[in-house]
Amino acid sequence: MEHIISVTVENKFGVLSRVAGLFSGRGFNIESLSVAPTLDPSMSMMTIVTTGDDRIIEQIVKQLNKLIDVIKVVDLNENEFVERETALIKVHTKPEDRAEALRITDIFRANVIDSTPGTYTIEVTGSVGKIEAIINLLQPLGIKELIRTGRVAIAREPIRPAVTQSKRGAKE
Amino acid sequence: MKLTGAEIFLESLRKEGVRTIFALPGGVVLKIFDILHQQKDIQVILTRHEQGAGHMAEGYAKATGKAGVALVTSGPGMTNVITALADAYMDSVPLVCFSGQVPTSLIGNDAFQEADNIGLSRPCTKYNFLVKDVNDLAMTIKEAFYVATTGRPGPVLVDIPKDVSMNKADFKYPASVSIRGYNPTYEGNKWQIKQAAELIAKAKKPVLYVGGGVIFSGASAELIELAEMTNIPVDMTLMALGGFPGEHPLSMGMMGMHGTYWANMAVHYSDLVVAVGARFDDRVTGKVSEFCPHAKVIHIDIDPTSIRKNVNVDIPIVGDCKIVLRELIQALRATVNGDQKELRKPWWDQINDWKRAHPLAYEQDPGGPIKPQHVIKRLYELTKDRDPIVSTDVGQHQMWTAQYFKLAQPNRWLTSGGLGTMGFGFPAAMGAQAAFPDRLVLCVAGDGSVQMNTQELATAVVNKLPVKVIVINNRYHGMVRQWQDLFYEGRYASSYLDVYPDFVKLAEAYGAVGLRATKVSELDGAITEAIAINKPVFLDVPVDQYENCYPMIPAGGCNHEMILADPPELKKKQKAGAPAPVAGEDKDTILTA
Repeated sequence: MEHIISVTVENKFGVLSRVAGLFSGRGFNIESLSVAPTLDPSMSMMTIVTTGDDRIIEQIVKQLNKLIDVIKVVDLNENEFVERETALIKVHTKPEDRAEALRITDIFRANVIDSTPGTYTIEVTGSVGKIEAIINLLQPLGIKELIRTGRVAIAREPIRPAVTQSKRGAKE
Repeated sequence: MKLTGAEIFLESLRKEGVRTIFALPGGVVLKIFDILHQQKDIQVILTRHEQGAGHMAEGYAKATGKAGVALVTSGPGMTNVITALADAYMDSVPLVCFSGQVPTSLIGNDAFQEADNIGLSRPCTKYNFLVKDVNDLAMTIKEAFYVATTGRPGPVLVDIPKDVSMNKADFKYPASVSIRGYNPTYEGNKWQIKQAAELIAKAKKPVLYVGGGVIFSGASAELIELAEMTNIPVDMTLMALGGFPGEHPLSMGMMGMHGTYWANMAVHYSDLVVAVGARFDDRVTGKVSEFCPHAKVIHIDIDPTSIRKNVNVDIPIVGDCKIVLRELIQALRATVNGDQKELRKPWWDQINDWKRAHPLAYEQDPGGPIKPQHVIKRLYELTKDRDPIVSTDVGQHQMWTAQYFKLAQPNRWLTSGGLGTMGFGFPAAMGAQAAFPDRLVLCVAGDGSVQMNTQELATAVVNKLPVKVIVINNRYHGMVRQWQDLFYEGRYASSYLDVYPDFVKLAEAYGAVGLRATKVSELDGAITEAIAINKPVFLDVPVDQYENCYPMIPAGGCNHEMILADPPELKKKQKAGAPAPVAGEDKDTILTA
């Protein structure tokens, strides 16, 4: 099953390779990984999308917690969360296709962020389903280049306090 | 006053109470060696290879319980010590390894003797540091010792570029250290401990399955108390030997692939397994899906990742073995009613039947070739009163030593368990001897394994480390040959080692003492002579070449399905026996398949 794991880490060199090395060394999957500093510039937040059965996910969470540069690990699937991904899509546009490209952009509430006589670059943000849908619609026009950020996710503010697994709470 | 990085290094080691380091110099660490050369508090043992330095630091750590320290240079110095780091990581040995690095301005330029020390060591250290600023050096060293020795111990690397060792900074050694992402759990969950106590008190066929965590947390006394108050048999892993007295009536000896018949049968048929500081390694569990199929499992370990990694656990308790066992004993005092001895009498009757059915045994023909088991049994009997420290290499001799050398106390057993590093034993013994110059330190080695680090004979002689190496010499990679006997129809691919070297002459070439016992009648005399000599000794014992180590659970087999002796077709060759040939003797007598 797919899980989204949110990992707070020290913002210093080498941390990404420790996390990536853990996944490759132990044969865990990474579907996507995104990372950027948090409000506190000494920390970064990683969003890792991974797959595995319950035992593997438990191991992933524990192994991440064991890394000394990891400050906090939250398996977002334990509670409600929202997720978003951004894609930048460069589309070939023949003169007769330009209106269609704009219509599709409009329908998906996406933006054209760059335009040349032969291309539009479209920025779209949303769920994975939405991004895949717009890609499917734009494909007949001819996609020249596509870049996706990978997903970021955040827990929904709970009605009751969230059960998170911090390092101190990592006891069984 | 400002100190250079090298001086800060020295002062920091003094503050950590380091007495001995194992080291080999090179261009980028010369400043540090220069400072070490001008002082007397810290003994610098110059090794002949960085792998030896790493294993010596491991031996030192295992025997003392303190962090072992190694110092190596950049590039090849670093790559050579990797094996020891990986070994220490697998066996949770507290180690702080310092490596030299090219000057910070050259990092990444493919400079002479540059290697990515951080990248190389990342998968085989608990943590590693690159010190880029001399002002961070003291704090980094403090953190390195803290991380290496707390929680589940392990190796830590500190990479020091040349300019950092030469630049100056104010020195103030931090009094304490706090790392926000690193807070090991020591106290077990009280509720879980209570649940565990209730399960233990009721269990009719329980087994304690104890691992190396018992040694590192110093939990032997608690373990003995727990076992005695509940009358529960104690199965030990290879790493736990000495953690519970080998001659204790509740000791079942070693479990696992070459464990005793009764230890493996007991765990298979038990109704409760209490795992303490162990990690359910495949050499212990055999076929993991059928490991202790009838039992509930309580698992006490300081490392949460060890729990539920390989087997399902009913009651997980994250915490330090010593602290948790103490609480468990208290909880049991409140829980136990009735006689635990009486409750478990049928279980012990069953275990004693297993013991009688298949004891550890070998047949020593007084006139025939020396059996390797006999060497270890005699070594044990002739030295046990001196409370020796015993190291081993990896292979058949290691398993026989685990079976026959019944250690009474912890921190006496130095062996490479997880990584299975041949060549570990001799340098590890030297590390222990450096920590305890007056103790008897034995190394039971195989002729194959020991050749991976014989260059350290020079280190032993020069530094007056009088370790006694008993070479169980069958002229084979014995365990490889055993697997070839059992699973490859006796085709000995690359396992025969021929008669070289002559270990007596080899020892003598380095200025050590070489002895040899070729007959059963010479064995006791040779052992007695070896341990009386206050110098490094190689005692070469040519043994029956075809002796195999049993019981044996084939890889992936179940714990109750042990091979107990050679299959009949192998028996014939066994029966004939063949002493290992000695260098210089007629080579035509060598039997090869």
